[in-house]
Amino acid sequence: MTELLALRDVSVSYGTLDGPLPAVRGVDVVVHAGEVVGVAGESGCGKSTLASTVLRLQPKSATVSGTVEVLGADVLTMGWGDLRALRWAGASIVFQGALHSLNPVHRVERQIDEAIRVHESGVSDDAIEERVGALLEQVGLPPARMRAYPHQLSGGQRQRVMIAMALACRPSLIIADEPTTALDVMVQAQILDLLSGLVKDLGVGMMIISHDLSVLADVCDRVLVMYAGRIVESGSAQQVFSDPQHPYTRALSGAFPRIGDPAARYAPTGLAGDPPDPRELPTGCSFAPRCPRVVDRCREAEPPLLQLEGERAAACIRVGEP
Amino acid sequence: MTAVVTNAPAPPVARRRTYLSYVGSKVLGAFGSLCFVLVLNFFLFRVLPGDPARTLGRGRFRTEAQLEAFRHTYGLDQSLPHQFVTYVGNTLTGHLGVSLRYRVPVSELISERLGTTLLLVGSSTILAMVIGVYIGMIGAWNRGGPFDRFSTGSTLTLYSMPEWWLGLILIAVFAVGIGPFPGLFPTGGLHSLDVDPNSLQGWIDTAWHLTLPVLTLTLAFLAEYSLVMRSSLLDELGEDYLTTARAKGLRDVDVRRRHAARNALLPTTTLSAISLGYVVSGAITIETVFSIPGLGLLAQEALSIPDYWVLQGTFLVAAAGVILANLIANLLYGVLDPRVRS
Repeated sequence: MTELLALRDVSVSYGTLDGPLPAVRGVDVVVHAGEVVGVAGESGCGKSTLASTVLRLQPKSATVSGTVEVLGADVLTMGWGDLRALRWAGASIVFQGALHSLNPVHRVERQIDEAIRVHESGVSDDAIEERVGALLEQVGLPPARMRAYPHQLSGGQRQRVMIAMALACRPSLIIADEPTTALDVMVQAQILDLLSGLVKDLGVGMMIISHDLSVLADVCDRVLVMYAGRIVESGSAQQVFSDPQHPYTRALSGAFPRIGDPAARYAPTGLAGDPPDPRELPTGCSFAPRCPRVVDRCREAEPPLLQLEGERAAACIRVGEP
Repeated sequence: MTAVVTNAPAPPVARRRTYLSYVGSKVLGAFGSLCFVLVLNFFLFRVLPGDPARTLGRGRFRTEAQLEAFRHTYGLDQSLPHQFVTYVGNTLTGHLGVSLRYRVPVSELISERLGTTLLLVGSSTILAMVIGVYIGMIGAWNRGGPFDRFSTGSTLTLYSMPEWWLGLILIAVFAVGIGPFPGLFPTGGLHSLDVDPNSLQGWIDTAWHLTLPVLTLTLAFLAEYSLVMRSSLLDELGEDYLTTARAKGLRDVDVRRRHAARNALLPTTTLSAISLGYVVSGAITIETVFSIPGLGLLAQEALSIPDYWVLQGTFLVAAAGVILANLIANLLYGVLDPRVRS
């Protein structure tokens, strides 16, 4: 299988007035064709920063180290012209909160055909309009909706437009950054169906970012769990969700009560406290201050990502202990 | 694949009707404001303390008979409702009364001078708008850079100067001349006496006369446009849809031009249409300083007499100008921003 996306030892830190803020610290992610990889974690764990580095969209104040390869090309060192050509045509992004990610004063049609016109020259206006209509149909919207402005659409319709836009230039890789966050549960399920259907039909690779582990468990092949800028657990989606190894993953999956499990329903387990300030990370394991299983050893050194059986890995020194 | 969402698209006819009803409501609103101004204009000058005949006469009338005659000439001896009906009827037919000073109809005076003021304030507003928007745009794109700091500082300094004072300084420097440098521009007026104003030479002569006043007003108006454009563009630059546009592979220039600047121009449109409405008030001081025979100078002279009907007429024209400009701003905004239509 070809590697569509390969992030190796990627670190991102933002320059702020109070000094550098490490948002991502040494993360490895690989996405193959036809594969859906999920990235889970709380707000501020660095997952959206990770998404923006894929197309070098991070703000100017950010410094990135490691390598970011999209379709075999090094994104961090390529020239602006090559980068612009790669954006959207090689890999596209479904942004979160589609109301703000769409330009409020342009019609849907114009926002989609803008991407096509940037990347393909010599396509006639009629052909482009036909393609925009077909794209909308592909995501379950009537083609006539291309004449609408974003504010005339519902949240689910806007997210569909965003997905149609992401497909406009037939990319091999799609990054979905919190694609269902602002949607109600029914629409959320429809959008997830749509996304996983597209991966099957088109054979593209997809990286889905979400704070909702249960969402990822349904649609992903593999899941990575991030905490304070690092990957703390990885493995197949089912394994990570049903048999979490890291205490943080356990808390994350416990936060969503499962249907048919009355015990979890009446007592959804949460996690006290907030993620640490990336500028003042505790020594040792960065999860230690919130960890229910913490022991003195945890505060000595940051635990490495330990390989477990199969493709599983977890960054906890107490894995396997009772 | 999920089922096609059955959501009938709004037919184009309905959408057109939405815009028409938007236009209708705005026109109706403007008409209402105009009626209110018409009424206010009548009572405003009636509730002024003192007897209009005595104030206007300023001791010119020695006897009661003279006062009575004056009152009769101007209809002041009639009842208030009667006066009001006459006033509304006259205003609607374009009769704004007769100037006490010039002894000619006010409507004639105003239409004679409106063009001059529109030329002066209109060209300054357009210049200020174009230059100001450009300065604001460059400033926002290079926020905190040397240009941004210099432009913000200098436009604010110009903004805080009284415009008549700025005008006097410019007259001193460029019209009178300092030291060895001779004056380049006339100190005031609209035409040279020996040039026919309706010839090409006359046009050039008028432009030469208007250079300093237009420069003064442009400098005074500049800050408003540049600061509004700068801040609204800075707001837009943080918006998510610009990241989308960059992710689509657009060049930075296109992201700024097609998406950011276009949307940041919306507040500036409103501002410019509204300030076009302040034609008269903006012109009063500058026309006085440069002795340009426009509406502003007319109003200033009428105040000092006081030329009652001229004041009433200029007030009406000024208010109508503001209302009209607001209406234009609203309609333009409706075209530019699809969100306000619904």
